[in-house]
Amino acid sequence: MNELWNDIGPELWPAYWVTIKLTFFAAIGSLVWGTILAGMRVSPVPVMRLFGTSYVNVVRNTPLTLIIIFCSIGLYQNLGLTLAPENENFIENNNFWLAVLGFVIYTSTFVCETLRSGFNTVPLGQAEAARSLGLGFSRVFGTIVLPQATRSVIGPMGSVLIALTKNTTIASAIGVAEASLLMKEQIENHADQIVAIFIIIAIGFMIITLLEGYVFGYLAKRLAVKR
Amino acid sequence: MSGATVLYDAPGPRARRRNLGIAVVFGVVILAVLSFVIITLASNDQLTSEKWKPFVEANTWTTYLLPGLWGTLKAAALSIVFALILGAVLGIGRLSDHRGVRLLSGGVVEFFRAIPVLILMIFAYYLFAQYAVFPSEQLALAAVVTGLTLYNGSVIAEIIRSGINSLPSGQAEAANSLGLRKSQLMRLILLPQAVTAMLPALISQMVIALKDSALGYAIGYIEVVRSGIQSASYYGNYLPALVVVAIVMIIINFTLSTLATNVERRLREGKRAKSEDQPADQSAIPGVAIEK
Repeated sequence: MNELWNDIGPELWPAYWVTIKLTFFAAIGSLVWGTILAGMRVSPVPVMRLFGTSYVNVVRNTPLTLIIIFCSIGLYQNLGLTLAPENENFIENNNFWLAVLGFVIYTSTFVCETLRSGFNTVPLGQAEAARSLGLGFSRVFGTIVLPQATRSVIGPMGSVLIALTKNTTIASAIGVAEASLLMKEQIENHADQIVAIFIIIAIGFMIITLLEGYVFGYLAKRLAVKR
Repeated sequence: MSGATVLYDAPGPRARRRNLGIAVVFGVVILAVLSFVIITLASNDQLTSEKWKPFVEANTWTTYLLPGLWGTLKAAALSIVFALILGAVLGIGRLSDHRGVRLLSGGVVEFFRAIPVLILMIFAYYLFAQYAVFPSEQLALAAVVTGLTLYNGSVIAEIIRSGINSLPSGQAEAANSLGLRKSQLMRLILLPQAVTAMLPALISQMVIALKDSALGYAIGYIEVVRSGIQSASYYGNYLPALVVVAIVMIIINFTLSTLATNVERRLREGKRAKSEDQPADQSAIPGVAIEK
């Protein structure tokens, strides 16, 4: 056990730091792109609605593993998309950002659908009142509907974030060194202590996801729209 | 609020012109991106017919893609069946009258929901390998099914629990007053209603299990993504292989999602139709005061 701890201990923080960074950047990106998608799906321009709907339906039904591998093979190797400066860490950094992009592509569809379910909690009269004041779509959407919807979906957004955190393990498919890859390495070196390694890695994820759940639960209660 | 129509007025001539303008600009942007993709792919020789031809030949499908698809469906089907059983047990366990059972099921559910499925799969894979629980050719399948079952089982447990909690308390009271035992109450009265009410959520969970079986890629399980990549390394056509695999998976999952939406709509309409009937029936009976 001591020998295992000497091996895994110093590696834990760097691995989880990658997990946290993946989650953080992917969460920001998904929030932005998901909100834009939600706006498109209810916008008055039919082409945008069509685009939003097809994007969500196509991407949501694709396995995330496939999307991540596609980011590496399709976007990088075939379309030449590079997301990192050319230096000695290029492959590592580029794969990290490709993985972030893959998570944004995938998670934004869930952000979009969660937000859209939030639109339904905004009372009809709010939008009608705004329209009767002469506000156009972007004002009604941006200043009346979206802020209220956002506050009512904080809880469900927490679930999306937790799912994203757990999904970051899939980045190991294109060699991003996060927690699941560390687990695999350590098991290969310490094959007789599989259960101990599993528990160590599992506790790390439980700390992150339970913390996220707690924070979002608290925020949802604090910021809920009182009606 | 029912989405689009209340967010903006019916467009007048100016709004129509503006919307048309936005639509044209947006369309041009999308077309520009698409043509950039197509031109780049063409210059990388990704669109030549020999890269795509393998997918119209039966050989590719019988050697690679169909076995992979079978692996995906097999893992998903097995884990859904096991997850339904596990979910029912854990969900009912969380509602048990015995504190110990409640705490134990709650702990199991929270634990397996908090950790990534991939971590579970890797753990199961090496554990089974170490103790030779399964023959080596079944190892990856067993690990994938274990991981998916534990995760989806705990999610389904929560679905079933909330389904049972959402039932009117009169259902349980009526069953109790008829003298049904607790097991009969659960089996005959509560569970069937909860499962019906939660059917859309359960079907959506199946889509998740089907997609998540692609996680088996990481532990060498032959599912459709891995078999696609294997065929690609034989023919040297990675991008076309990924596109074909994606189309196959999207069609399957989209069909299941649509089914879930339809079931949900049908359930909702059924409920509304009933509640709309009631006032009409009551008003038809003279002497019944209708409150409100």
